[in-house]
Amino acid sequence: MAPEINLTGFEYEIIQAVAEEMGREPVFVPNDWDGLIPGLSRGLYDCVICGIEITVEKSAEVLFTRPYYVTYEQLVVSKTAPPVTSLEQLAGKAIGTLGQTAAVGMLHKTPGVTVKIYDEEINAYADIVNGRVFGVLLDYPIAKYYAFANPNLRFTGPPFGQISYGIAVARSNSALAGELNDALGRVIASGKMRDILSRWGLWTPMVADTFGQPEDPSLPDTEYRAFVAETTDQPTLWNRLLGYTRFWPLLLKASLVTIEVSLLAMVFAVALGFTLALMRVYGPFPLRWLATLYIEIIRGTPLLIQLLIIFYGLPNIGIKLDPFVAGVLGLALNYAAYEAENYRAGLLAIPKGQMEAARALGMTQRQGLLHVVMPQSFRLVLPPVTNDFISLLKDSSLVSMVTLIDLTGAYKQIATQTFDYFGAGLLVATFYLLIGLPFVRLARYTEQRLLPVNQRRPSRRH
Amino acid sequence: MNTTTDPLVSISELRKSYDDNPVLKGVGFAIEEGDLVSVIGPSGCGKSTMLRCINGLEVLDSGTIKAAGTTITRQPGAPAGAELAKSFHVLRQRVGMVFQQFNLFPHRTLLENTMLAPMLVSGVPREDAEKLGLALLGKVGLSNMEDRYPANLSGGQQQRAAIARALAMKPQVMLYDEPTSALDPELVDEVLHVMKELDAEGMTQIVVTHEMRFARDASDYIIFMEGGHIIEISDEDEIFTNPRDERTRRFLRRFL
Repeated sequence: MAPEINLTGFEYEIIQAVAEEMGREPVFVPNDWDGLIPGLSRGLYDCVICGIEITVEKSAEVLFTRPYYVTYEQLVVSKTAPPVTSLEQLAGKAIGTLGQTAAVGMLHKTPGVTVKIYDEEINAYADIVNGRVFGVLLDYPIAKYYAFANPNLRFTGPPFGQISYGIAVARSNSALAGELNDALGRVIASGKMRDILSRWGLWTPMVADTFGQPEDPSLPDTEYRAFVAETTDQPTLWNRLLGYTRFWPLLLKASLVTIEVSLLAMVFAVALGFTLALMRVYGPFPLRWLATLYIEIIRGTPLLIQLLIIFYGLPNIGIKLDPFVAGVLGLALNYAAYEAENYRAGLLAIPKGQMEAARALGMTQRQGLLHVVMPQSFRLVLPPVTNDFISLLKDSSLVSMVTLIDLTGAYKQIATQTFDYFGAGLLVATFYLLIGLPFVRLARYTEQRLLPVNQRRPSRRH
Repeated sequence: MNTTTDPLVSISELRKSYDDNPVLKGVGFAIEEGDLVSVIGPSGCGKSTMLRCINGLEVLDSGTIKAAGTTITRQPGAPAGAELAKSFHVLRQRVGMVFQQFNLFPHRTLLENTMLAPMLVSGVPREDAEKLGLALLGKVGLSNMEDRYPANLSGGQQQRAAIARALAMKPQVMLYDEPTSALDPELVDEVLHVMKELDAEGMTQIVVTHEMRFARDASDYIIFMEGGHIIEISDEDEIFTNPRDERTRRFLRRFL
């Protein structure tokens, strides 16, 4: 379940220190920012430490520990922009931020501001330079890490608001919350927290004041400098490519997930699709109607919505699926509708005389279908089905939305670590191409083979 | 007709409509074992529908069909239930059918075409089905072509293979629905030749045809249909030289 990702960061160190106090071994599960709390309630993991702000609304959904960090919202604008002293000055401007942050609420309360919600902070800051937003309002640590060292950007304005980060656990798990609270207290009291936050350049007067400890950092901000050094120097193309070699294991593993999910989903889609087509063409009224309804509903709704319902929605009625199972199931149920239409066309394309000949020979309808009609329609639908598999391979990228680290999941991870959406994108796209290539060839081959079905060279039996 | 034995095929009061359009308006006849009967008449007279009703490819609206020991009766307005379908399924195993468009299975070789139904329906072992299929393909003049696929054959060869396929089920009656209409003229005789041979062996055959020469030369007697009725059932010489009905006379004038 836990892929090998290069995890770093102050929260990673804090939770390790906390786990050590608790005498437990942490297991890390990656997820999208927006899926963090839903993932908690569906039991993907026991706790979340990822800059989640303690708010009244969220406290209704999850339990929070005492704050492990306190901070404020920092406005970042272009180097050339005039200074801003209050949020009211932002009226008429587009401001970026991340979903589920305190900044969202602040911006919405400010009249005249157009709020743009991003999934990734680096995209938000990049859009200041790209001119798509005037500024970005985000938690100070994010601003410090992703904007402070950027020569095109600058900090402006006073600290906006005060926010606290807490570790989130499921509401049903108050025992764990208590355990985490005690451990957190010991990590703060022992000065370990001050060490970690100092090394990561996040020991601010506000934090020191809250924890009742000295304002000056206990250690040099080595981790912060390393992060900045790694992300700001412009490597040569060759060095950048070399840098990607460390992602090979991740990419290979992710490719395997993509291939597994796609193949399995196709197998189920083919089986279910065939059943649906038979129901639709040969079934009695209620079955025919059911099959048609299924096909119309599935084809009329987006695959992404279907996946999210299966993964995050079904737990509401007590069905919790493993991400892999949910991904395969979502794709299979969706593609079955398309395969059903392929097979229906294939079945209808076989002349009526074939079934009549079979029945005139004394076969039942079942035997005629199985031995006369289906083998012929199978050949007809092979090319469109192979083509659909290539589509499915690409659509499988959506399973990254249900926490699976497939190729697209890997792309997000690599891009957010290297800030290279372009290079990493090309790399991952190449992987998709390479995986799909054999199937493209297969589709061509079956298409060419289809025409001469009736003129195939005689083959000797013996 | 010999009246001392039971007829092998007999139908009576057979009616069939498509929507509100009556195609068979109560037809009936009876034929003895070993007879070859040709059914002639203008297009749309109902002759093909009558043939297809006999083995249930079209479900009769009402009437009685007796063939090869199975009797099927449907009262007017009675539902076409599973019982009816079951009876026809039994009947079809003893009644072979040959189609205008051959309808060979294109994904199977000629031999496989002949083997499929005996193995599936009658449970004949593969070796026996193969032996039977080879013998029947030889009988219709297709020796050494058992591994060919239908699309590689001429129409005449395909139709002869279709006859062999039907014979593989060892039917007591053979039905032919315009068996030579889709053939080039020079290929017609090879198919008719096979049917004459079968007649000589005593096979009971009902042939819906436009081949008047064949009808006259090979039939024991001829059924003339028009407008959903059987107009005339006559001896093959009589109907051509001295038709009793004016409508028969008019129809035949075009051919003679």
